[in-house]
Amino acid sequence: MAELLNMLVASVIPLLFILVYAIVILWTEIKVASHVQDRLGYMYTGGFHGWAQPIADLLKLLSKEHITPANSDKILFILAPVIVFAASYAAYAALPFTSTFIAANLNVGVFYIIAITSFVVIGILMAGWSSNNKYSLLGAMRSVAQIVSYEIPTALSILTVVIVVGTLNLQEVCEAQKGGLFNWNIFKYPPFMFIAFLIYFVASLAEVNRTPFDIPEAESELVAGYHTEYTGMKFAMFYLAEYANMFLVSGIAAILFFGGWNSPFGEFMSGPAWGVFWFVSKGLFFVFLQIMLRWTLPRLRVDQLMYVSWKVLTPISFVNIMIVGLWAILK
Amino acid sequence: MATFEITTRSAKGDLKTDTMILNMGPQHPSTHGVLRLELVVDGEIIVDVIPHLGYLHRCFEKHAEQMTNYQQVIPYVDRMDYVAAMGNELAYVLAVEKLMGIEVPERVQYIRVIMAELQRIASHLLAIGTYGLDLGAFTPFLWCFREREKILDLFEITCGARLLYNYIWIGGLSHDLPSDFGKKLKDFLKTFPKALKEINDLLTYNKIFIDRTANIGVLPADVAINYGCSGPMLRGSGVKFDLRKNEPYLVYDRFEFDIPVGEGKMGTVGDCWDRYYVRVREMEESLKIIEQAWEQIPAGDVHAAIPKKARPPQGEIYFRAENPRGEIGFYIISDGHSSSPFRVKARAPSFVNLSVLPEISKGYMIADLVAILGSVDIVLGEVDR
Repeated sequence: MAELLNMLVASVIPLLFILVYAIVILWTEIKVASHVQDRLGYMYTGGFHGWAQPIADLLKLLSKEHITPANSDKILFILAPVIVFAASYAAYAALPFTSTFIAANLNVGVFYIIAITSFVVIGILMAGWSSNNKYSLLGAMRSVAQIVSYEIPTALSILTVVIVVGTLNLQEVCEAQKGGLFNWNIFKYPPFMFIAFLIYFVASLAEVNRTPFDIPEAESELVAGYHTEYTGMKFAMFYLAEYANMFLVSGIAAILFFGGWNSPFGEFMSGPAWGVFWFVSKGLFFVFLQIMLRWTLPRLRVDQLMYVSWKVLTPISFVNIMIVGLWAILK
Repeated sequence: MATFEITTRSAKGDLKTDTMILNMGPQHPSTHGVLRLELVVDGEIIVDVIPHLGYLHRCFEKHAEQMTNYQQVIPYVDRMDYVAAMGNELAYVLAVEKLMGIEVPERVQYIRVIMAELQRIASHLLAIGTYGLDLGAFTPFLWCFREREKILDLFEITCGARLLYNYIWIGGLSHDLPSDFGKKLKDFLKTFPKALKEINDLLTYNKIFIDRTANIGVLPADVAINYGCSGPMLRGSGVKFDLRKNEPYLVYDRFEFDIPVGEGKMGTVGDCWDRYYVRVREMEESLKIIEQAWEQIPAGDVHAAIPKKARPPQGEIYFRAENPRGEIGFYIISDGHSSSPFRVKARAPSFVNLSVLPEISKGYMIADLVAILGSVDIVLGEVDR
């Protein structure tokens, strides 16, 4: 019984976090965009800078009609958004929010996250194929090509960290970076860990379909890509998954390179409660970076995207991993 | 440059794939209104493009023949190219004036030049802003709109309207400039170069933007001439032809300005980036013209030459002027006794420029087609007159 309760708590906390965070970040994204673009954005609903607008949007999405295209593959069509969201939600299990809370303290945490997030591709492919819409299909095909390609540089740069800390357990990765700013992985083996981080960050943008790599969606080319035919809550699931993924990759960046839940000041402001603060704010910082990039850059073309992955990021990360590996052996 | 090679592959050889017909538009976000493009695609590579027009057809030319007088046609002309209404009015009015042999006061000519050039800047701002949007950059779009608003404010204090003006009348103007126009114009002239620099930093010289537009949709000069392209479409291909210089009308021969042409700075001459950049530089040149015109503008009456009833003698005329999108021409036949035109035919630049689209987009990808179509800068009101 106690075990069941434990499981329930451990699974509800990340879900609650995702929901609250999604609402906040939805608001933030609009407000950041508005500031970049010299406009106001949300201003009315709820008073202060329209804080209640994302909640109103959520209620609206909940009450919208579910439309299923006539000749679609109905089972796949309904299953797709669920799989996409479930995949990114499942990855949260291995995310150490603080030194005392991690839903599942796996000793292969890194491996688990890489494996489970690749489910997103299947979901998107299902969505695109089952919609029976050419734009959706093109979007899904693009997405498969993109996410599969970018998993290689992502995994390689994560592996560099694994070489440095010598463990696949994310909690232990955090532990290894204890003791202030300069113990963070990003500052080890300069500048090769920094390069690894850059590769990871760029590749993770592609993994979560954010600009300049939002090619599966590509609203000016493919109308809305793989989710063209989705309405109401099914559409919202894709959106929720996108935002959940944004924090997921940002959180992993924080864990692998920026000390996770560790305080940058050593013992000062550390402890389990502060741990949540540090981890979430580091994660949100990278989410903010992703938002800023979205409102700054145009979109790449499909083949250019492939070029960046196969001919730029992958070779560099191979060389990088070799150098770090050698350095770690010689040390 | 040329980090990425142009994609002109198609699945030949061992791999057998089927082509697919994909309808882009009329409701597609990148077809700028109501254009339908029928694409034959091989995967993401375009085998053929067939534009289907006519969703917006408003029978403007036929309407013009039903009016009770020539003056009433002007609001209709406005609605053809609704983002460059001043230019349309100007061309139509100049055609009628030429047919009637009216000489307008100098002040009117200067104001018309200022208005036409302001309109050119406004129109080009919209063109480059939406071009950014086509390529997935949202912010430049709103920054360009912000600047365009300032021009629309100037138009609003002058004639009360922001989009469709009915300002340039046969033989004069509907209103003289308001007293605070000069101050506001100077403010605009002072702030605009800074805004332009910001837009350049954000979009024009962005690496991704260049990679998306350089070497894409290359339009050779001879093809452009054969298809009758004009405006930035033609000049982007390196042909130095601008009616303001080649066949000066109004007082354009009194100002110093350059005709920017595509130089292939980032890729090939006549690619999308060139067409885009010609527009950016034309805005700078228009600023020069406005500055000079404002310095030289004489006093006078703007209603002096307005006829009580416009009734041209029997005859016909074709007059062409340089609009932001290219050469706009009006062919008018007057029967000599009625006060409405017997026949009006407009030669719309977008319509002609659009006709070259199938020629320059084969072998590229769907994403490139969006870039190519955006660089043509069509206004559908003008395509389906």
